[in-house]
Amino acid sequence: MSENKSLLKLRGISKVFSKGTVDQVRALDKIDLDVDSGDYSAIIGSNGAGKTTLLNIIAGVYPPESGGKIIVNGREVSRLSEYRRAHYIGRVYQDPHVGTAAKMTIEENMAMALLRGQPRGLRVASNKQRRELFRVALAPLGLGLENRLNALVGTLSGGQRQALALVMATLSKPAILLLDEHIATLDPRTAQIVLDLTDMIVAREKMTAIMVTHNMELALRHGNRLIMMHKGRIVVDMNQAKRADLTVHDLVVAFERASGEEFADDSVLLPNG
Amino acid sequence: MDPAAVGRLLGFSLYEGLAFGFVTIGVYLTFRVLAFPDLTVDGSFVLGGAVAAVLIVNGVNPFLATLAAFGAGMCAGLATSLLNTKLKIPALLASILVMVGLYSINLRVMGRSNLPLLREATIFSLTSQLLGLETRLEYRLVVAGVLAVVVFFILNWFLRTEIGLALRATGDNEQMVRGAGVDTDKTTILGVSIANGLVAFSGGVVAQGQGFSDVNMGVGMIIMGLAAVIIGEALFRPKGVARLLLAALGGTFVYRLVISIALRMGMRAGDLKLITAVIVIIALAIPYLQKKIRREWQPPAARW
Repeated sequence: MSENKSLLKLRGISKVFSKGTVDQVRALDKIDLDVDSGDYSAIIGSNGAGKTTLLNIIAGVYPPESGGKIIVNGREVSRLSEYRRAHYIGRVYQDPHVGTAAKMTIEENMAMALLRGQPRGLRVASNKQRRELFRVALAPLGLGLENRLNALVGTLSGGQRQALALVMATLSKPAILLLDEHIATLDPRTAQIVLDLTDMIVAREKMTAIMVTHNMELALRHGNRLIMMHKGRIVVDMNQAKRADLTVHDLVVAFERASGEEFADDSVLLPNG
Repeated sequence: MDPAAVGRLLGFSLYEGLAFGFVTIGVYLTFRVLAFPDLTVDGSFVLGGAVAAVLIVNGVNPFLATLAAFGAGMCAGLATSLLNTKLKIPALLASILVMVGLYSINLRVMGRSNLPLLREATIFSLTSQLLGLETRLEYRLVVAGVLAVVVFFILNWFLRTEIGLALRATGDNEQMVRGAGVDTDKTTILGVSIANGLVAFSGGVVAQGQGFSDVNMGVGMIIMGLAAVIIGEALFRPKGVARLLLAALGGTFVYRLVISIALRMGMRAGDLKLITAVIVIIALAIPYLQKKIRREWQPPAARW
């Protein structure tokens, strides 16, 4: 059974915000999910579907409601705080500013990322050998960042920062890569560069990636699995074979059938969302 | 003014710039590096002076006593940062609470409000005997200079280590630091403790330099530190750890020099704190006002 080879298992994950008030929201509703090692899943859904909440739960930003279990590599991590899960989870956020430190240099940012989840000591953080490693990791971006290691990250453009954030999230080769609408705020050309690079790194490092996106086109063309969420539940879950000939229109139909609602969010139909 | 007097003024300001410079480095660490507005400083400066003075009066080696002042300051920083990280009390309030509490502690440590060090062996008197230096200015400069060089090299190394990097990143982007697997509570606690250790170290040095420790000698120290940080940044536009540390020392020197000149020109010593506060207010307001003028101000004709 796939029970054994699943890298990430979620069991009965719920999340309620503003509990006990009139604003109470059930952001996640008893989610069960198995992600196999090497899966590259795209999660789509309209605003408020629970996509980002799901990533936050996996990353440990906040715990799930009691009874929910998060198991990584056979080990339950549901109660571990965010920084304790970092050694096997890398994350790229929607906002390029969140993944990088503006007042530090590219080199210092990379040195922070290199030691993800490892104990830090009193060695000087970057040396010749590490700088070479940083250059090799940055060169495939084609942005020339490998020659600007001493530049402050705050002087980079949003696209450059996001590309750097992606390299930083994957530098220590974490088992799981979480992508939270990571190209949504970039201009089309930079978005394409970052997306191509994402595919390349995920394939090269055989990472298990979960990409949240607003964009159905993107979800159909990238990765090998498509998950659609609605009101805190998973309503569609297709593997590569199933989604092979699908179009965006088919997805909208699938959504309406699964959710029993008319599809209202036009933005997911646009090429860049 | 004759050249000798100018030399003395410069030399004395340089001594003060170095001795109080440790306060500025501490303030720089909390306010700028950690983005942790820490007002413990007014209390931990006195704590350093009190601990050093009491130990010296009781016959402890003055160098050990100065080191003990550093340790006592770290404890004060530890208290503030624990209140903030573990009990979630806002940084400003936590540090004010510790600062107020320290007033009582400092009185207890000294046993009275003023403790003279006349005829006691201090780091200054020991050095002047050892090197055979005669004038007060000479040995003051030597002692403060050596201490500043030692602190500079230690911090310049520490802030570039793996731990030091995580500490600097904490004030820059806490989310990113947690994402990289670092407990930001720990880096905050470490940083605020080291900062207050430096402030207390300065208090220990200054108390020995002036020959007494006083329970009120820390009043306004945080504002002096902020003013010196701002002056240092404005004058030296520092980039990189080494230059930032030098800018903190340089900023303190310029601040003390301006104060000394103003006092010589007849400014009343009591007005010092108000003038310092006004300098900091202006420096803090300028970036905002510049932005406001650029964005919102339009020539009168354009309003029609």
